[in-house]
Amino acid sequence: MMLMKRRDFLKAGAAAGALAALYGCAGMGKASGHVVVVGGGYGGATAAKYLRMWSQGGVQVTLVERNPTFVSCPMSNLVVGGTRSMEEITVSYDGLKNTWGVRIIQDDVLAVDPAKRSLRLAKGGELSYDRLVLSPGIEFMWDEIPGLDSTAAQSAILHAWKAGPQTVALRKQLEEMKNGGVYALSIPKAPYRCPPGPYERACLVANYFKQKKPKSKVIILDANEEVVSKKGLFTKAWTDLYKDIVEYRPNSEVKDVDVASKTAILEFDKFKADVLNVVPPHRAGDVATRSGIKLINDRWVDIDWLSMESTSTPGVHVLGDAIFPAPTMPKSGHMANQHGKLAAAAILNLLSGDRPSPTPVLMNTCYSFVDAKNAIHVASVHQYDPATKVVQPVQGAGGVSAARNEIEGKVALGWARNIWADMLT
Amino acid sequence: MKLLPAVAGLGLLAATGFTQAADPNLARNLAATCANCHGTNGKAVPGAGLDALNGIDKAKTLQKLADFRSGAKPASIMHQIVKGYTDEQLDLIATYLAAQK
Ligand SMILES: Cc1cc2nc3c(=O)[nH]c(=O)nc-3n(C[C@H](O)[C@H](O)[C@H](O)COP(=O)(O)OP(=O)(O)OC[C@H]3O[C@@H](n4cnc5c(N)ncnc54)[C@H](O)[C@@H]3O)c2cc1C
Ligand code: HEC
Repeated sequence: MMLMKRRDFLKAGAAAGALAALYGCAGMGKASGHVVVVGGGYGGATAAKYLRMWSQGGVQVTLVERNPTFVSCPMSNLVVGGTRSMEEITVSYDGLKNTWGVRIIQDDVLAVDPAKRSLRLAKGGELSYDRLVLSPGIEFMWDEIPGLDSTAAQSAILHAWKAGPQTVALRKQLEEMKNGGVYALSIPKAPYRCPPGPYERACLVANYFKQKKPKSKVIILDANEEVVSKKGLFTKAWTDLYKDIVEYRPNSEVKDVDVASKTAILEFDKFKADVLNVVPPHRAGDVATRSGIKLINDRWVDIDWLSMESTSTPGVHVLGDAIFPAPTMPKSGHMANQHGKLAAAAILNLLSGDRPSPTPVLMNTCYSFVDAKNAIHVASVHQYDPATKVVQPVQGAGGVSAARNEIEGKVALGWARNIWADMLT
Repeated sequence: MKLLPAVAGLGLLAATGFTQAADPNLARNLAATCANCHGTNGKAVPGAGLDALNGIDKAKTLQKLADFRSGAKPASIMHQIVKGYTDEQLDLIATYLAAQK
């Protein structure tokens, strides 16, 4: 088999160029053509690798990503909480390039012209494609919190909801905060990226305060009427572990901020903090919302669940947080990875003149840490239903952990290493 | 396995049986849903604490999955995951993974 040959070849120490040449004349799979992937996060990196792997190199793949390395949002709350480092959540794109022969361009995609099947790059130039994959993640709706609508405001009041410099900066603010200070975290109305993520962050900041600044408080200002994910398990962690530290306030939508005084402005109330962490409402990444692709609620891309292809724009497949999700489907890295595989399989069928598989299955798991060692999970499995044309959750499958436990703390770290390898190595 | 009420009774099992023959990549695609934890093609990252599933006798894997379903094999999560797949789907997955070197 081609793949085995390729492995042997690698062992023999072949250069990347020779590998590409080998791919070029593979001729094993039927699929051929050029696929451009925008965004090397959980969805896009997975799609890029699986397109190369499953076509045995028959399909050319170009990945455009603005950042030089992959920095994971999952596990970034451990960096905020001070028990892990940025290096531990950063992975290089070299595996995609050298092992899988993905061409990587570090640049920003400005806009797509689906009629011409091409896209425009910030540094200049155009790229044309046979099929396009967009996995741009999210963009914040700054106009919903007017006081945050400037670069200066955004570097004082952080979101840290995209891993990278914001993660480091939030950690620094927490370290500089005095013992007895108040950290307030504002959560937007669902749907938002990673339903359990904010509650995990509250736990891990509280864990840090408990060890190092025990007089301090964590105040959760939740726009939702109750805890959105793993409610029982998070509530129990707050009462068992962080009784005098965490305070949860439902129905507390932050409408604006006063940057100078670090004050969150709610509808009838104000709240002053020492460290104010506002996660603004979000929508699909700009490249998806600026390309004339059909959106739902002006925010999320409407897709066909058999192929992840836009319902309005042929040839454009959209993955991950940017899409309008199926019932009970979270915006998660695990799910974006599964979208990437569904899209890769469908694209290869389409490029060889076949229809996409009529029975796709997707599954999700989100692990959350409640302290440095103990974790909890929520899982679900989703099967395609031809009657509604949507992937629907399987009743009786999935669920949450019985209780927080250290075994799942280890599994969560193992999950991260395996999913990063599944995307990038 | 049961879908939510909205989709109950559409005979997904039968549908799966039909497409199994029609879709040569079904086993590959289904097995890829396990890769997030067990590694690409079942080749888990060594030392990361999750079991590799590649090259394991199909009957062995199916027995473990059945034991997760029944509760005979204790699990943190697998008992919840197996219930989302039909027996035919698990059979396809186990067959595919057994063939991975
Ligand atoms: C604190 C936190 C914790 C989380 N924990 C978990 C967890 O434990 N488990 C889990 O499954 N999920 C978790 N998530 C959610 C997960 O991070 C997202 O769901 C996932 O990243 C979505 O993948 P994506 O491909 O849609 O977007 P991303 O992973 O954000 O990737 C988008 C990429 O596209 C690039 N990009 C965007 N636009 C352009 C452009 N125009 N040109 C070039 N490049 C562009 C970006 O730079 C980025 O790299 C967490 C999220 C947060 C914030
Ligand atoms: C979210 C992570 C996750 C996913 C996804 C996952 N597993 Fe597992 N798997 C585990 C964990 C953790 C264990 C150990 C048992 C437990 O705690 O549930 C395990 C154990 C197993 C075992 C037993 C291995 C042994 O040698 O004892 C098998 C077989 C298995 N999984 C098959 C699968 C299959 C097939 C799929 C896809 C349908 C799958 N798993 C998806 C996490 C996962």
